[in-house]
Amino acid sequence: MISTPEPSQQFHTDADRTTADDPRRAAVRKALGNYKVARGKTENAFTSWPHARDAAAAIKYEGVNHLDRYLREFEEKFTARGGKVFWASNSAQAREYILGLARERGVKSIVKSKAMTSEEIHLNAALEKEGYAVVESDLGEFIQQLMHEPPYHFVFPCMHLKREEISALFERELGSAKTDSPEELTMIARRFMRRHYIDADMGISGGNFIVAETGMISITENEGNARLTTALPKIHVALIGIEKMVPKLADLALLLPMLATAGTGQHLTCYNSMYGGPRQPGELDGPEEFHVVLLDNHRTRLLADPEQRDALHCIRCGACLNVCPIFKNIGGHAYGTTYQGPIGSVITPHFRGLQDWKHLSGASSLCGACTEACPVKIDIHHHLLHNRRNAVQEQKVWWERLIWFGYVELMKRPWAFKIAMRLAPLGQKMHALVLGTPLDPVGAWTKTREFPQAAPQSFHDYWQERKEARK
Amino acid sequence: MNGDREALLARVTEALRVPAPLHHEKPTKPATHSVTAPFREWLPPVGAGAAEQVALFAKQSEVLRTEFLECPSPEAAVQHLAKLAQENGWKRLALHSGRLADAVAASLPGSLELLCIDGGYEKNALEACDAGLTECESLVAQTGSVCVTARSSGGRALSVLPPHHVVIASRSQLVPDLAAAYEYLAAKYGASYPSFISFISGPSRTGDIERILVLGAHGPKKLTILLVP
Ligand code: SF4
Repeated sequence: MISTPEPSQQFHTDADRTTADDPRRAAVRKALGNYKVARGKTENAFTSWPHARDAAAAIKYEGVNHLDRYLREFEEKFTARGGKVFWASNSAQAREYILGLARERGVKSIVKSKAMTSEEIHLNAALEKEGYAVVESDLGEFIQQLMHEPPYHFVFPCMHLKREEISALFERELGSAKTDSPEELTMIARRFMRRHYIDADMGISGGNFIVAETGMISITENEGNARLTTALPKIHVALIGIEKMVPKLADLALLLPMLATAGTGQHLTCYNSMYGGPRQPGELDGPEEFHVVLLDNHRTRLLADPEQRDALHCIRCGACLNVCPIFKNIGGHAYGTTYQGPIGSVITPHFRGLQDWKHLSGASSLCGACTEACPVKIDIHHHLLHNRRNAVQEQKVWWERLIWFGYVELMKRPWAFKIAMRLAPLGQKMHALVLGTPLDPVGAWTKTREFPQAAPQSFHDYWQERKEARK
Repeated sequence: MNGDREALLARVTEALRVPAPLHHEKPTKPATHSVTAPFREWLPPVGAGAAEQVALFAKQSEVLRTEFLECPSPEAAVQHLAKLAQENGWKRLALHSGRLADAVAASLPGSLELLCIDGGYEKNALEACDAGLTECESLVAQTGSVCVTARSSGGRALSVLPPHHVVIASRSQLVPDLAAAYEYLAAKYGASYPSFISFISGPSRTGDIERILVLGAHGPKKLTILLVP
């Protein structure tokens, strides 16, 4: 991604541009409309979705709040079966480890299945710089890789593209024939990818859950690309955030259906696979080596905040994006973050600096749709408020303080308040003179909205008058 | 070399010193709860009897676009397989050995070349097969899923690399829900689980292009499940 001096500046310019792109917004809305219908149906099939949410929240609470214990348990179980665990405090350590592994083992080509953690640490760029050919195998990620663009949505990476655009992209990059059939396009990618699974000597994946009890990681996918990535190459590396922990294998019996329901409206995603080690004695295939890279990269910073710790319960279903009025209008790229939408706005300030990313706390109507949609009951919209509060407490803004000071002084004195009320209509007349000019002190507001009219009479006066008249 | 283990774990322990408040209600335990899966009653209802569960599995299969067939006898399964081979022009079928698979393989038409991968396989040869035949651990009624593992189903690739996956299962392998499937695995394998466990729900699919469903993204385009008595 291009580095920008001011994330908030960039955000406003990008959001202005993307909200003006009506056809794109319509396409995104249509895709998300289908999601809403499918999800509603699947959710209703549950005997009790609200109880299921509480149970799911409790599982993640347990996993995250005893993370140290469960990480140790995972390591012990996983290494006993021949797996290797690497603990990465930051993105540089994770990148170095994977690069070192590729160098040492003489790896030539790498196939990847979807891993948001690899976006987070910019793994592809690092691997390519060293001359490794890296292919994203998830269809959406593959398209985004060819587009040289980050994913638009962490579950639906290319939901903003229309089939014509994808066809033109494939024509240009793969030399395929023009087509307007999504099926044809999928088959082009399928044919292209087959060779890569067979030739690759390293497969890199993410992971949706870490299971402490049995030393496994679990991967959820629809396409089968992760299964191929983890079956054929001789080395499998899974890059996974430490917070993905669940205590027991049977916990997945709840979390997998809930992830599918909230994520795409399916009862269960097509493939839910649990991997506990490399190929075991007596098994006929599978990688010779299996490395799990446990990534911190500032997750412990969020963990240290009890108030917002539950943001680490996130199972990355994407539901909060799908229902968010802001996401629907500004789209995924405007956020400028690895994790878009409401949950991204909550966690990014913890990961990348509160002052630089606090503007995302304002990218919300506080309608609470995200919180309601969340399968693990993360209090998303309140966390946006917490971030606003924390940002102000940490670094006060002088003009905001001045305004609040004035307001408090005014409200303490009824006589001053009365005068201010009387003066309001006059002030509004004066305001009309500068409205729309650079002199307008509230120009940012009035640019897109009408300023509310001050009532000719205050309610207090009206009430007095009415009482008088009734006497 | 295991990286920053001590420092990372120390940070985690330090971070957890102050407990977090609960944002959720303490989960209510349903009237009849199982110890391993106290939540199972909140999931979609499954029905009590075996007949109901077979019916549910059939219904879910339809939604998932799985071809599900209850065969009255193993011979009927062979017949259907032969029909599939003919209709789809299969030349090569890959499979692993096992009680159910062997019985079927023995009576398939001789024109179909069989690749048994028990002793390993060459990737290109497996990729060139038209279908893969596997057994499974269990069938999950609630979600219409097949549970395969590296040990029961011919490793990791057989059930995903060829374009048509055929599962042969017996009626007794049907379980009500995912929790039951996990209980079964725990009872069977104890602490030495296979290195790969997967729940397969329908043929491979994607919705990445305009959220339109396309089958056969990278895995099988077709999934057939043959249930024998
Ligand atoms: S915060 Fe909740 S709704 Fe949003 S992606 Fe995470 S789990 Fe899903």
